[in-house]
Amino acid sequence: MKKTLTLAIAAASIAATYAWAEEPRSGGIINTVIQPEPPSIIAGLHQNAPTQTVSGNIYESLLRYDTDLNPMPQLAHDWTVSDDGLVYTFNLHEDATWHDGKPFTSADVVFSTDVYLREMNPRTRTILSHVESIEAPDDHTVVFTLKNPFGPFLLAFEAGTMPMMPKHIYEGTDFRDNEANNHPVGTGPFKFESWDRGRVIQLVKNEDYYEQGLPYLDGINWHVIPDASSRAIAYENGTVDVLPANSVENFDIPRLSELDNTCRTEQGHEYFSPFAMLWINNREGPMADKRFRQAVMYALDREFARDVLWNGLGKVPLSAFGSNASFQDDSLPPYDHNPERARELLDEMGYDGEEVRLLPIPYGETWVRWAEAVKQNLQEVGINIRTQATDVGGWNQRLAEWDYDLAFTYLFQYGDPALGISRTYISSNIAKGSPWNNVEGYENERVDELFDLAATAYPDDKREEYYHEVQGILHDEVPVGWLLELGFPTIYSCDVKNLVTTGIGLNDGFKNAWLDR
Amino acid sequence: MNFFARFAQNRGALVGLIILTMIILMAISAPLLFPESPWRMVQRPFLPPLELDGFPMGTDTMGRNVAAGLMHGAWVSLLIGLVSTFVALVIGVPLGAIAGYYGGLLDDALMRFTEFFQIIPNFALAIVLVAIMQPSVTSIVLAIALVSWPPVARLVRAEFMSLRHREYVEAARLVGQSNRTIILRQILPNAMSPIIVMASLMVATAILLESSLSFLGLGDPNVMSWGYMIGAARTVIRQAWWLSFFPGLAILLTVLALNLVGEGLDDALNPKLSRERS
Repeated sequence: MKKTLTLAIAAASIAATYAWAEEPRSGGIINTVIQPEPPSIIAGLHQNAPTQTVSGNIYESLLRYDTDLNPMPQLAHDWTVSDDGLVYTFNLHEDATWHDGKPFTSADVVFSTDVYLREMNPRTRTILSHVESIEAPDDHTVVFTLKNPFGPFLLAFEAGTMPMMPKHIYEGTDFRDNEANNHPVGTGPFKFESWDRGRVIQLVKNEDYYEQGLPYLDGINWHVIPDASSRAIAYENGTVDVLPANSVENFDIPRLSELDNTCRTEQGHEYFSPFAMLWINNREGPMADKRFRQAVMYALDREFARDVLWNGLGKVPLSAFGSNASFQDDSLPPYDHNPERARELLDEMGYDGEEVRLLPIPYGETWVRWAEAVKQNLQEVGINIRTQATDVGGWNQRLAEWDYDLAFTYLFQYGDPALGISRTYISSNIAKGSPWNNVEGYENERVDELFDLAATAYPDDKREEYYHEVQGILHDEVPVGWLLELGFPTIYSCDVKNLVTTGIGLNDGFKNAWLDR
Repeated sequence: MNFFARFAQNRGALVGLIILTMIILMAISAPLLFPESPWRMVQRPFLPPLELDGFPMGTDTMGRNVAAGLMHGAWVSLLIGLVSTFVALVIGVPLGAIAGYYGGLLDDALMRFTEFFQIIPNFALAIVLVAIMQPSVTSIVLAIALVSWPPVARLVRAEFMSLRHREYVEAARLVGQSNRTIILRQILPNAMSPIIVMASLMVATAILLESSLSFLGLGDPNVMSWGYMIGAARTVIRQAWWLSFFPGLAILLTVLALNLVGEGLDDALNPKLSRERS
C-alpha cells in the first residue's frame, strides 16, 4: 500500500488555514524594500537572505509549506512516499513553463537536483547525500530513491533550498559565470523585468503561469533604500506598501504598527525559525567548564531581551530545539533568570574572574543593545566581561578562526533537527573557516551518535526517542547559549491582502497577494 | 595686574570656568552619586524626564538611567580630551621645537613629515586609525592625538624661530649652555603661553572628535560616553527626544566652556595683545 498525500488534502488544508474573506482582485503593483541589496537574484547561486526573498518569487521548487510546515503543492501537484520511507515520487504540473516559453519537465528536476545544486549549494548537497538515485521515468514524474530513510526529506523542497533551475540554459556551462545570471529565468509567478543597481529590482506578472488566475498582482518593485529610518519614512509616506522583516529597527516597529491602515504579522518565518544563540567557545578558559556555561544560561534575562528589544515577539527557548522544530521535548526544565544559581555555579567551579570577551553581531541597533544587556547580565553574576567592537567581516573572521569567547549569532532551523539543528552540535562539523558550523567546538560521542541515528530512523516516533535523549544531554551541557527564537514581524499596508500565507513568508508570498484599492 | 584679574576681566571666560568646574565636579561625583554602573538596566525603558524620583533625565531604550550615563560620560569625555591633548603635545612640542630651533634641512624634513599628516582630513584619519586598531579608550586617545599634533608642531616651530635670535638666547649660547638647555630652559618657558591656549582649545576639539567617533559606533563599547548616548538615541529620536537632548547639551556646554576658558587664558597670558585688541 502506498501512503498518498493527495492534492485534495493539501488544498483543504490551505482553505482551512486562510479564510478567503473577499474575492481577490487582479491588478496593481506592490512596492516593497529589499535590505541589503542582494549580490544576485539567482536562487541557486547565492544563499543570502535578500537573494532568496526576491528569487523565491521568480523560481520555484516542487513544494511549498504552510505555517505548520505541512507540504503544499507547487511544481509537483501530488507526491507519494513509500512505506519504508525510501522512495519519493513526485508528479509534476504538465503545463508549467519557463519564463522563456520552454516547457518545464522532469529533466529539469533531475538536472537541478543531481547536477546544479549538488555543485552549488553545500546545504542542499548534505541533504542529497542521503539520495541514492534521481530518475525521470517520464516527462512529468520524478523518483527520488534514498540510501536510507531520511525523515526531513519532504521538507527540503523549498524554493531557496531546492530551486528548480532551467536545464536548457545551464547544462554544460559554468554555473557561476553564465550570462543568463543577469537575467533570471524561472517558472514562478513573476518574471524578472529590470534591475537598476542601487535603486530598484522590478518583477512583472507571468501571464502564462500554470496556476489559473495567479498571480493577481501586475508586478513587484523591490526598492533598495540603504538607511533604516529612510525605509520607515518610505513606508509612512506611502512609497512602499510592505516592510519585510528586518527592514526597520525594532524600536520603530511599535510606532509603525500603530499607523493608520497598517497590518502586521509574525507569521511567515516558520520554515526558517531564526534562533538567536550565544556561541560559547568550549575549547578554552572557564568556558570549557560545563558549570560556567550553565551559569551563563542562569545569568541571562531572556524575557527582558524579548520584551524590551524584540517588542515582546519571539519565544524564550528551552534548549537546543526551538518550538517550530519537530521533536521538541517540552518537559525539560527551563533555564530561568536566576542570578543566585549562576553565582553558586561560578563559586563551585572556582571561577577566578578571568576576563571573558563578548563579540556582538554587528547587524544594527537591536543587536548592539542586546550585547549591552547580555554583558550587564553576566557582569551582575560576577563574570568579567569585555565587549569587542567589530564589523561584519571581523565578526565572520573571528568566528571562523575560533578567536572569541562568547559571540552572538542567529541560525535558521529549517523545520527539522536534521536540517537545521544537528549541524551546530555534531563533532564532524568542527572545521575552521566557517562561522556557521560547530563553531563552539563541542564534542560528545553520544550526541553524534544520537543525531546520526535520529536522522535516518524511520518512522517518526523512533526519531523522537533519539531526539529527546539528545535534547536532555544538550540541555545539561549547554554547548551554546540559547537566547531567543526570534519573532520577525512583517509590516504592511492593510490594502495588501493574503500577503503571508505560508511558512516561507514573503520569500514566496506575492503569488497569492492582491491589492484592495 | 595679576594673572587671575586679567583672566576675570573677560566675563565670558569666567562663565566658561564656572561651567567647566561644574562639569569636572560632575565627573568626580559620578561614582558617589551613581555608584552603580551606568549600563545597569534599572527601570522600565523610555521613561520621560522628571516622571519618577531618581530619574531626572528619564531612562533610555533599555531602561538605563540617563542621568547616570551623563555623569559617568563626563568623566570619559574629559579624560579622553585631556589625555589625548597631552599625548598630542608630547608629540608636537618636541618636533616643533627641534624644527624651529635648528632650522635648515632638519626643519624641512620634519615639516614635510608634519604636512603628510595635515593633508589628510582629521576625522577621516581618526576613523581609519580607530577601525584598524579596534575601538578602545587607548586606540581612541591615540587616534585623536595622532590627528591633532601637527598644528602644535607648527605653532611651536614658529615660536622657536622667532625666539631663537633673541638676545637672551644669544647670551645663553655665549655662556656655553648646551642646545638642550637652551631649548628647555630658555625658549620653551617663553613659548608656553600660546601652547597653553592652544591646548585648552584642543581639549574641546578632542571631546568633539571622541563624541563623533562614538556616535558612529566606533567608541569603546565598554565605557559610557556622550557620543555613544547620542548615537544610540538616534534611531528613537522621534519617540524619546530626551535621550539625545541631554548628552547633546552636555557636549555643547563643555566645548563652549573650554573655548571661553581658552580665550580667557589668551587674554591673561598675552596681556599686551589683549590690550591692543580692546
